[in-house]
Amino acid sequence: MDPDLALLLNGIVSGLLLGGLYAAAAAGLSISFGMLDVVNIAHPAFMVLGAMLVALFWGATGIDPLVLSILLTPAFWALGAAIYVAYHHFFERRGDEAIQGLAFFFGVMFIIEIGLVLAIGPEQHFADASYANTTWRLGEIDLPLRMLVPALVAFLAIGGLALFLRHSFTGRAIAAVAQDREALRLLAIDPVRIKRLAFGISIAMAALAGGALVVVQPVDAGSGHIFIGRVFAIVIMGGLSSLWGCVLAALAFGVVENVTASFYGPSWSPAVAFGALLLVLAVRPQGFFGRVA
Amino acid sequence: MSDATLPAMPVFPAPRRMGHGAFWLACAVAALALIAVLRGIGSEYAYFAATFVLQYVVLATAWNILGGYAGYVNFGAAAFFAAGAYTTVAIGKALGLSLLPCIGFAALVGGALGLGTGLLTLRLRGAYFAIATLCLSVVLQTLVVNWNYVGGSRGAYVIRPRDIPWPFDTYSGYLCAVAVVLAAAAIAIARTIEKSRLGLGLAALRDDEQAAEAAGVPTLRLKLIATTISGAMMAVAGAPLPLLGSYVEPTSAFGLAYAVNAIAMPLIGGTASWAGPLIGAVLLSSLQQAATVTISSAANLLIVGVVLVVFVCAAPHGILGLFRKGGR
Amino acid sequence: MEGLSRRGLGRAAVAAAITVPATARAQSAPSGEPIKIGGSMSLSGGLAGNGRPAGLTHKIWADEVNARGGLLGRPVQIISYDDQSSGAQVPGIYTKLIDVDKVDLVVSGYATAIIAPAMPVVMQRNRTFVSLFGTGVNSEFKYDRYFSVNPSGSNPNQTFAKGFIELAMAMDPKPRSIAIVNLDSDFHQRAAESARSLARSAGLRVVYDRAYPPTTVDFSPIIRAVQAARPDVVFVGSYPPDTAGLLRAASELRVNLQLFGGPMIGPHITAQKLQLGPILNNLVVWDVYAPEPTLQFPGTQPLIERYQPIAAKEGTDALGYYVPPMAYTQMQVLEQAVKKVGSLDQGALAKAMHETTFDTVIGPVRFDATGEWPEPRDIYTQYQGVQGNGIDQFKKAGTQVILYPAQYKSGELRKPYTAGA
Repeated sequence: MDPDLALLLNGIVSGLLLGGLYAAAAAGLSISFGMLDVVNIAHPAFMVLGAMLVALFWGATGIDPLVLSILLTPAFWALGAAIYVAYHHFFERRGDEAIQGLAFFFGVMFIIEIGLVLAIGPEQHFADASYANTTWRLGEIDLPLRMLVPALVAFLAIGGLALFLRHSFTGRAIAAVAQDREALRLLAIDPVRIKRLAFGISIAMAALAGGALVVVQPVDAGSGHIFIGRVFAIVIMGGLSSLWGCVLAALAFGVVENVTASFYGPSWSPAVAFGALLLVLAVRPQGFFGRVA
Repeated sequence: MSDATLPAMPVFPAPRRMGHGAFWLACAVAALALIAVLRGIGSEYAYFAATFVLQYVVLATAWNILGGYAGYVNFGAAAFFAAGAYTTVAIGKALGLSLLPCIGFAALVGGALGLGTGLLTLRLRGAYFAIATLCLSVVLQTLVVNWNYVGGSRGAYVIRPRDIPWPFDTYSGYLCAVAVVLAAAAIAIARTIEKSRLGLGLAALRDDEQAAEAAGVPTLRLKLIATTISGAMMAVAGAPLPLLGSYVEPTSAFGLAYAVNAIAMPLIGGTASWAGPLIGAVLLSSLQQAATVTISSAANLLIVGVVLVVFVCAAPHGILGLFRKGGR
Repeated sequence: MEGLSRRGLGRAAVAAAITVPATARAQSAPSGEPIKIGGSMSLSGGLAGNGRPAGLTHKIWADEVNARGGLLGRPVQIISYDDQSSGAQVPGIYTKLIDVDKVDLVVSGYATAIIAPAMPVVMQRNRTFVSLFGTGVNSEFKYDRYFSVNPSGSNPNQTFAKGFIELAMAMDPKPRSIAIVNLDSDFHQRAAESARSLARSAGLRVVYDRAYPPTTVDFSPIIRAVQAARPDVVFVGSYPPDTAGLLRAASELRVNLQLFGGPMIGPHITAQKLQLGPILNNLVVWDVYAPEPTLQFPGTQPLIERYQPIAAKEGTDALGYYVPPMAYTQMQVLEQAVKKVGSLDQGALAKAMHETTFDTVIGPVRFDATGEWPEPRDIYTQYQGVQGNGIDQFKKAGTQVILYPAQYKSGELRKPYTAGA
């Protein structure tokens, strides 16, 4: 194969795998920020919290990190539900959630990060999956399982979530709460309960994303910072409340970053990716896949 | 908007309200008094701590013009702040100018950047605008990192001039006085905007942009004016930074701390009035400075997080809001 | 406004009252006023992984000195504040240390980004300043009381990669091309610059030369682009998070290179040594110390043995081969200079530091006119025979052999680097 073509194909494939990690990180936010209108800037911090816990438990038990992260999801769901109760009590109920809620999550982010530093230390932590050193090859295309398995697990989880949102009664109520809160009341559904449930799910997704992250790379308490911009960018490009849009945007983001890095050098890839988002925002603020408001 | 600077007396019949001229005068007197007090203390550490606090007063006040008055949350305060800092580096290196003209250039650069942001994000509101400013911060940081003239990722050294401007005894004293003047000017500008028709228009924008547009408020122009002024002032806040530390590098100049503090300080103080960012900035930054040199472990950042969460939960309209409620 | 600032100060006073600085509890076996030594240290933030072992080592030194009867018969007391890995905090910390705490001596925190912002404050008070792991700080300030504990010498942009390029050119067959990959940061830019110029003068063709930003998540495009350029030798400069990513990617893409490495800061940290395990085999890494018999000096081993149990208790870097010997040296230079001068006179201390050769745990140390080491001592090491992920193999000689410079050489270069395959 032509070396440039191989480079391009591998850039695209590795970008798709990277996009899988981004999709895992952004899916939870697509629920909280996209559907519930809760600007949870601390979402990547929850992801890092999940990753650090997985690393700790992995050190103690040696169970696969992704399995551990799935085991963590109920605890994270409860944590998310509790945080939503506080958020609702202090902000939504009063009707001034926009800026104050944002500051609240900023504070939560700080507390998580510093809490991790105080409790576990500022060093990097890691967890090795048994498959992390294996790479599948299709011709000249490499598929490292370190990236592939987390991406697949993420897609499975997102797929399951999408089915749940589309076909279960509760799931449809979650989708509806984003659109019209009053209509839910008429159906005798408590929108607060539904939103609590949904926010719990978004934080549970963060735990799963943490498992994926710690398989891909070592993490420290501040690892979430570089994801803040990316996950929000992805959710917006994906058109907020659309899970599929979020996945597609995540894949596109990964591919743009990696192809830029392959051909023009890695130093420009953040500018290209975020420049693209700025353009999207300026030209088509509802995102690629969003409905016109 | 030519009448934006008219005295606000007829619009606000409250008897104790101060006129613009009187307020500017009061700010100038307060600034002179503060400089005299600091000079009296004469400690280098007092100079430094005051400069640190005042730089946040300027930044928070500037952020509040757009964020508090117009309701547009700017996540990219660090980008404007760093733009100011790097203007000082670049202009100082290219033209060999001293701090004061550099501050002027920083205002121009920050204003242009603010106007550009405003134009690019015309159609964006709420969280979209916030995320767009976050992106701007990433793009700008990448540009600075790849711009070798100002040191790129290596950072740039800015050596303080040997001759200290009259009548100051040390360069830190001079920097501190500059910061006092900038803070006083920022507060006066913010108060002038708040009490003028521009402020009223921005408030209308914040409450309901569509209604304001329908009522004939030139929302677009107001928004651009606000982004420009706010951007220019944030850049001014960052302009003295290189001389304060003699060394700037992109990671810390674009640091999350500036973006977080610029939002947290007005929120803690109260976003509705010029006094809010002032109170919030003085409170939070002196707390941070004090915690750095007393507790001195990771716990001091934890305090900032806890204070922020407690305040937004317990006092949704900031400290000012608490007082207003008590007064009623 | 007065009321407001009083409110702020009141809160500060409360914060001060409820916390007694841990550093204030010095032993008072020696008599008299303690000699206060002040500095900033990164206990949180990105530099904390190395800042905490450095801070711990400073405490070990202080305890030892006090147990020996102190310095000039007085106890020593270390006052250090957390700079949160942010240079913006540093000027405030040093003005506080000098003006309010009235420290007698100042030392730096860890790394260039923390040292440089302290310089104007230190220079204004004419203090003698011993720094830790700063690269090229004084080339801008030209301060004659600055002394750097960092092996890269006064001209790292020229000399840093000397050992690496010499190792490459000594290989048989001679390499013809080189790829240079580095993190976009001050230290790695300088390292890459030296590799670039030395490679050119050695006749190596530079086939790939790019920097990557610290926000990079996926390193496979970089390694793949390097592979596509078909270099014989690859010089990489990276910090811990990226080192793991680069080596993982190298392993997944089955690299097979005659020589691979450089200032890849990563395996210097114990946790990463253990995680990477066999991927480290045949990797050539710049270092400052390795537990090899050729690099032992009086006090090295006792320091490591004192450090490791304390580190286990504090949860910092377990082995302590990278930062602790250097941080200890930083304090030894200060200690020996004070003893020689017999007072705390800053000018006399600086003079003594310029004139003396210090016996330290990393060997004899001298300073040139700019306060750097006159002869760089950049050590290039190679990990060999690593099996599994156990910690004990890294305590033995022969696991991280020294290839360069010749006087410390403890093993032969093994090729190629195949990332554990």
